[in-house]
Amino acid sequence: MSPDLLKLIFGRLGIDSLPLHEPILVGTFAVVALGGVTLLAGLTYFRLWGYLWREWFTSVDHKRIGVMYMVLGIVMLLRGFADALMMRAQQAMAFGGSEGFLPAHHYDQVFTAHGVIMIFFVAMPLVTGLMNFVVPLQIGARDVSFPFLNNFSFWMTVGGAVLVMLSLFIGEFARTGWLAYPPLSNIGYSPDVGVDYYIWGLQVAGVGTTLSGINLICTIVKLRCPGMTMMRMPVFTWTSLCTNILIVASFPVLTVVLALLSLDRYVGTNFFTNDFGGSPMMYVNLIWIWGHPEVYILVLPAFGIFSEVTSTFSGKRLFGYTSMVYATVVITILSYLVWLHHFFTMGSGASVNSFFGITTMIISIPTGAKMFNWLFTMYRGRIRYELPMLWTIAFMLTFVIGGMTGVLLAVPPADFVLHNSLFLIAHFHNVIIGGVVFGAFAGINYWFPKAFGFRLDPFWGKCSFWFWVTGFYMAFMPLYVLGLMGVTRRLRVFDDPSLQIWFVIAAIGAGLVFLGILSMLMQFAVSFLKREQLKDVTGDPWDARTLEWATSSPPPDYNFAFTPVVHDNDAWWDMKKRGYQRPLTGFKPIHMPSSTGTGIILAGFATAMGFGLIWYMWWLAALSFIAMLAVGIGHTFNYHRDFDIPADDVIRTEDARTKLLAGAK
Amino acid sequence: MTVAVNPTQTGEPVFYLADEHPHPEGYSTSLGFWIYLMSDCLIFAMLFAAFGVLGANYAAGPAPKDLFDLDLVAVNTSMLLLSSITYGFAMLTMQQNKVAQTQMWLLITGLFGAAFIGIELTEFAHMIHEGATPQRSAFLSAFFTLVGTHGLHVSCGLIWLVTLMVQVWKFGLIEANRRRLMCLSMFWHFLDVVWIGVFTFVYLLGVLR
Repeated sequence: MSPDLLKLIFGRLGIDSLPLHEPILVGTFAVVALGGVTLLAGLTYFRLWGYLWREWFTSVDHKRIGVMYMVLGIVMLLRGFADALMMRAQQAMAFGGSEGFLPAHHYDQVFTAHGVIMIFFVAMPLVTGLMNFVVPLQIGARDVSFPFLNNFSFWMTVGGAVLVMLSLFIGEFARTGWLAYPPLSNIGYSPDVGVDYYIWGLQVAGVGTTLSGINLICTIVKLRCPGMTMMRMPVFTWTSLCTNILIVASFPVLTVVLALLSLDRYVGTNFFTNDFGGSPMMYVNLIWIWGHPEVYILVLPAFGIFSEVTSTFSGKRLFGYTSMVYATVVITILSYLVWLHHFFTMGSGASVNSFFGITTMIISIPTGAKMFNWLFTMYRGRIRYELPMLWTIAFMLTFVIGGMTGVLLAVPPADFVLHNSLFLIAHFHNVIIGGVVFGAFAGINYWFPKAFGFRLDPFWGKCSFWFWVTGFYMAFMPLYVLGLMGVTRRLRVFDDPSLQIWFVIAAIGAGLVFLGILSMLMQFAVSFLKREQLKDVTGDPWDARTLEWATSSPPPDYNFAFTPVVHDNDAWWDMKKRGYQRPLTGFKPIHMPSSTGTGIILAGFATAMGFGLIWYMWWLAALSFIAMLAVGIGHTFNYHRDFDIPADDVIRTEDARTKLLAGAK
Repeated sequence: MTVAVNPTQTGEPVFYLADEHPHPEGYSTSLGFWIYLMSDCLIFAMLFAAFGVLGANYAAGPAPKDLFDLDLVAVNTSMLLLSSITYGFAMLTMQQNKVAQTQMWLLITGLFGAAFIGIELTEFAHMIHEGATPQRSAFLSAFFTLVGTHGLHVSCGLIWLVTLMVQVWKFGLIEANRRRLMCLSMFWHFLDVVWIGVFTFVYLLGVLR
């Protein structure tokens, strides 16, 4: 075939795009391919494809979608953590003339991919998954406001993850750091596909995130059960509402800034160029206008989880509910007024820096209020040290340290010294791991029995907990020290041998965290095997307080046979206290949305379009776009998107639960 | 809908509704669509901000005074404003359940919208022909992106309009179609509002600058 024709079909994709010369990548590919083939063969052998397609992939049930988000988050955690281990090993080795084992070209991709994956494809799916699963149950609803959109959002997130993963074996990923600042990320300095993978991976996933934000806001505003006024909503629902408002009010900014960067790269416009009037610092401003709210998008739901867990496991009503709600709202607003603290060194002058320094420090006030609320909830409580509570306590200790180093960084003169140092790296890992990751783990351990009908094994859970917590401190406390000594981030080799010991300690810490992750996987496996022993027949294994525990574990498709009526903040606690009798008769048909494959098909085309745009395969991009349009419009011609669960089915499900509950007594 | 949540007369608290508590189809749609519009508004806000920052960076290239033909833009603006009025008429006739008239007003709206896009493309072609391309300067990058994004939205609106006309033709003014027409109406008027911003900040202030 002529080179022109090849170029027309494959764009810039060629044999040399495959990283055949990189032994690490070839090895990884072999392992992934082997694992993938085994998985696919297993699914085929056990004839699970039909089941997965019907019951999961095309499901519009918020519970199933929530679980799928969690699976995505955990799978991507393994990838993101592999990157972390490689970086820690590289930095521990590359002393005394050693170059380590990662060439610069590869190392730069590793740290970029680590950041992108951990934020967008680990933290976001874990948080979104928990919100998706829990919020409709907590507010006594049958599903979210737009169930089809929910399924579509999930698959768009998967599409973004697929693109980022593809870059590992086809071409390469960005070498720019996780926010891809221009001019480095512009076409002149990054002419290869790396930044394009970054852009389209995030754009595809970003559509999903924005839509899921709109969906959950509507759900919380419109679908609360009777009696649940705003000030009777569980705190997790409150923090979810604020998080989703933040999502809708910030992700469009990311969409625009990435679109402008792609215009610069694809069309040759001059938004962020050095010449023709472009302004690279505008990119930095715009992306942090999204980026700072993003960290609150992640941490607010975690705060909600800790609130639920603390009050449940202390056996007490949450201390200071109203102040908790207002603190959340204040954080939501303030998160938009601090973005410039990420680049005090830009040179915007003392007044601007002071403003942003002060607003940043003010955020610690509502956060501190929350901390005291949790402490006072525990005070004189009958605390049960179950796994969710352990994670919560670890969070409280760790997050306070991270918060204090954050306030330190908020002082502009101090920031001039610490900017881009390992001190900063230690700080944000301190708050993101200590806050978001510990929160997600507390949430997983807390709501797992609700999702699957059996609790998680406490022994392996505790192993995971102690490995994670000690590993975290060993991995990141040395980075504070190194940062104070002036070591900057993203370095690959070092000259000063006195630094090595700290990097070795950090690497051992990362190894401990690795054991923590393995223990968690072990915990899932062991719990599955011991599921009969760990079974939750009551639907309320923790003697908890909010509505999701009023229904069975796992809940039926329709969540609640009868829509609950709420009289108190701790609705389920109130029901238990006042002798609520579960209704046994009078069941009626229940109206529910039907499953549809449109979401996964649309997201598949979006992913293909992204791939086409990355590799300049214009025909693929155009065809996928047209296909998306056609499928999308075709979908609107389907006016029958729901069905009734017959009363008989409801009766059968509820009778089964009645028997189970009788057996439990 | 009001639901009694107080204890019943027997003093027993009510913990669940014996009857189904249905949310009619499309119960959250208008709120959801409003929120979507606000997120879209943020996209335009960012583009306006980018234009605000870069709008005077001509890089020794052409400035608004050299490029903008205010008469043409005035005609174009009137196309869009008229299309909003005719969309309003479509909604009024929809309220009166007059299918044919609704369709007619929708068609007129579409024609005005298409005229708007046509004039905009002519303007773009003219500018590019004169060397004022998006690559020429940051000002032109920001100009083409802001105005072009608006034009892209109107084009999407046109595709949506045609789709809805087909659906009204096939299924009539059923509840679902009324709701969809309502959403498109909000979208269309929203684009009108954005255009007023474009007309003022980009064209009028540009020529003054």
